[in-house]
Amino acid sequence: MKSILIEIGELSYFAGRFFREVGKRPFEYKEFLRQCYNMGNRSLLLVGITGFIIGLVFTLQSRPTLQEFGAVSWMPSMVGISIIREIGPIITALICAGRIGSGIGAELGSMRVTEQIDAMEVSGTNPFKYLVVTRILATTLMLPILVVLSDAIALYGSYLVENLKGDVSFQLYFNEVFGSLEFGDIIPSTVKSFFFGFAIGVVGCFKGYTCGKGTEGVGRAANAAVVYTSMVLFILDFLAVLVSDIFYDL
Amino acid sequence: MEDLSIKKPVITIRNLYKRFGDNAVLNGFDMDLFEGENLVIMGKSGSGKSVMIKCLIGLEEHDSGTINVMGKDIDDLEAEELDELRTEIGFLFQGSALYDSMSVRENLEFPLRRHTKKFGVIKDAEPLVMEALESVGLAKAIDLMPDELSGGMKRRIALARTLILKPSIILYDEPTTGLDPITSKEIVQLMQKVQQQYKTSSIIITHDVDCARAIANRMILLIDGKNYAEGSFDTLRKNHDPKIQAFFK
Repeated sequence: MKSILIEIGELSYFAGRFFREVGKRPFEYKEFLRQCYNMGNRSLLLVGITGFIIGLVFTLQSRPTLQEFGAVSWMPSMVGISIIREIGPIITALICAGRIGSGIGAELGSMRVTEQIDAMEVSGTNPFKYLVVTRILATTLMLPILVVLSDAIALYGSYLVENLKGDVSFQLYFNEVFGSLEFGDIIPSTVKSFFFGFAIGVVGCFKGYTCGKGTEGVGRAANAAVVYTSMVLFILDFLAVLVSDIFYDL
Repeated sequence: MEDLSIKKPVITIRNLYKRFGDNAVLNGFDMDLFEGENLVIMGKSGSGKSVMIKCLIGLEEHDSGTINVMGKDIDDLEAEELDELRTEIGFLFQGSALYDSMSVRENLEFPLRRHTKKFGVIKDAEPLVMEALESVGLAKAIDLMPDELSGGMKRRIALARTLILKPSIILYDEPTTGLDPITSKEIVQLMQKVQQQYKTSSIIITHDVDCARAIANRMILLIDGKNYAEGSFDTLRKNHDPKIQAFFK
């Protein structure tokens, strides 16, 4: 229990340091853009395929039940709301935790054990700003973009099933989807995607930057980055649902 | 041995203490590095040599004692002043510590582009990069990635990256460890060449007796985190103290 509390304290301090450093000059634009490109580009295919399959499977599995109740016409609304409010953000975040979070943990961990971070500091560069701030900003910015993309592909997957099984046109399907969505569905899910991206960046960087000695330390950092991030994502998701429910009630 | 009383110390360490938990690594270490001197520090693994040079450059915080580099007490320096001072101190890491996501060219340009105070804004870094690479005899490796280099080449490139900032002090952390005897000899010759060409003062942390013999103007033997003996290579080698003799066997 004590070690968990210490870990939480250290993680909070690390996140606090990010906020202290983020506004200081020099701004590492090039590295930030490089990280955005790497994270977005490398995750694009995986996020796209996963989103497409989720859209297909979700619709295929829901269809018989809705048919039983004569409510197939509700399919676009149900799929749209479920994907945009919950499934899209959390699944995309979990995939990125595995792909991006573990990558950051392993990369920074390996830089720590091979003294590359020390070399950077000795050469007069603030490694926290160069390596950590840029990565956290990149994950925070890129995750919502990936979520929007994943949502769109998942809805397209769902439309394909509906088109094949129910002969629903593209226009009708997406009119139904957007007709049922409100700002109250889109805004909370977009806001929480920023928090998910921030969590992936902070936890991945924290585990890598504070990695223990040796190759074992690097392995542990990469593994812990995924496990801890996944846990933090579910906690954040729960909090986001609580907060958005309060706004719904108002 | 030269008369050091007429030379100016560029680094002075007094009464340096550092512990990690219950493990006292440095126990009142003292040292002077004089201008143009090659000072070799030998000690067993875990005797605090690497920790000492990391304290010297501010990578580790010492518990107590004073470290004065080129007239500046490093405890009194702000982060920006410490960064500026670091441009005067080159550090050759034991594992070379080349940035593995960057090519050799980018590795060398990286420190150069960040020290605009010392060099101004550099539009074309190529001549400076080539000069540093030529001084270590590896101009052809400019576009290679670190994983395409051998251990000896990595050490040379790391030295070139250190030299590009034209430091007046170079700290070598076990420069020949992990290299075969021929490559080790080449690295030692290169260190001598660098010292003559750039007129640097150097601290060399090593276990390698051949390296110490070739390069040391003066040596300090470190036992249990403090100075055990000090003198020239020949003086120490002829000493009959078994603890000193153990270093030369």
